[in-house]
Amino acid sequence: MLTLADLGVLREVREDADGVVVTITPTYSGCPAMATMRDDLVHRLADAGYAARVEVSLTPAWSSDDITAHGRAALREHGLSVPGPAPQGPVTLNLLPTRRALTCPRCGSAEVSLTSEFGPTACKALYRCIDCLEPFEHIKEI
Amino acid sequence: MAHPTPDPNDDGGSVYDGLLEHHEVAGDDSQWAFGTDFEDPLAGMDTTVPDDVDAAELATYCLLLGDDALVLSQRLAEWSSNAPDLEEDIALSNIALDLLGQARLLLARAAAADPAVVPALPEGSPAPVEDALAFFRDAADFRCTRFVEGPNGDFAQTIARLLLFATVRLAAFERLGDHADPVLAAIAAKGVKELTYHRDFAGRWFLTLAQGTEESRRRLLAGLAQVWPLYPELAEAYDVGPEVDVVLDQVFAVSGVERPEAGRRVGGEHHTEALSRLLAEMQSVARAHPLGVW
Repeated sequence: MLTLADLGVLREVREDADGVVVTITPTYSGCPAMATMRDDLVHRLADAGYAARVEVSLTPAWSSDDITAHGRAALREHGLSVPGPAPQGPVTLNLLPTRRALTCPRCGSAEVSLTSEFGPTACKALYRCIDCLEPFEHIKEI
Repeated sequence: MAHPTPDPNDDGGSVYDGLLEHHEVAGDDSQWAFGTDFEDPLAGMDTTVPDDVDAAELATYCLLLGDDALVLSQRLAEWSSNAPDLEEDIALSNIALDLLGQARLLLARAAAADPAVVPALPEGSPAPVEDALAFFRDAADFRCTRFVEGPNGDFAQTIARLLLFATVRLAAFERLGDHADPVLAAIAAKGVKELTYHRDFAGRWFLTLAQGTEESRRRLLAGLAQVWPLYPELAEAYDVGPEVDVVLDQVFAVSGVERPEAGRRVGGEHHTEALSRLLAEMQSVARAHPLGVW
């Protein structure tokens, strides 16, 4: 199982006079899953007997480094390629295809090629494995 | 094969029963497709404008940044199912989504800083403030630059515009990370990460098209010539300096493309007709059904 805490999206849980206040942060500014995550939190906490309110935090901006070790293992188990360390320091222009040392999450081959830096969701890039020929998704470093 | 209609009184119940499970929890509308309320993109954030920041100026500036992102997002979304191949289709749609997310945060920030910027909604409309700004303002009230308004042209022209836009916006957002308003600073710091991917994407395609075939190069140069006249307006609005020229000159040099003549800012302060056409399409559903019901 992969939780919002594993993804680093869950920032804080506290109790106040009205119930539980949960703080989450979007992975990307346009992440369309924010409403679903909020609703799932309200739902689960209601099941556990808590009235919950969900708030948003933008600081610090989410980084793929926030995904926990457990989260990475769960993502791998589900056939996703996990991000390497997020870039640090000044933003540089990169005109060459991004090079990442990845292995195919299905067969383990290191012979993989980048199809696109943009995938089916904002947080993923598309790859394919040259050995087993299957496509796979890589969670991008940000 | 026909299936029997599920009977909610059966022991097994209907597949829809789960939807009603939480109905007794006050305020939990989460079982409905979009909920019955909207989530506030700045929910719980302290949107008090700091003492040393002018609220009206901050709102105007957030509208410029938000409207530019909204309008270019709408333009890029026009490539959905029309791009040269599936990967570029997805890439342009992803970039459009990032910009839409930035627009949403910025328009919400503008509304919180100065509620006077939000247009009056038709009686009973449930639209949140950022939707009110996006769908119920007329072209004359938009603050976007003319640079983002025009039609896409071909793929090469789209790439040329995106390169210039992402480069300028990234430089501005890097600086805005230190803005005196912590909300704008947070939105900008987050946007930097997204814009880095946009700039790299556009830069790589610029190089590829410039060094590709005679035809791709011809189209790229034509596209660049098409978007360049309004570029000074963009650079001026974002108040960026030589750091942008350094990046652009690097892309031009690697691509073997001569930097176009430093254009003079094209006169006029108003919008182009293209914006009215874009808004007519983008706003038509919201304006036809302001209560969100049909």
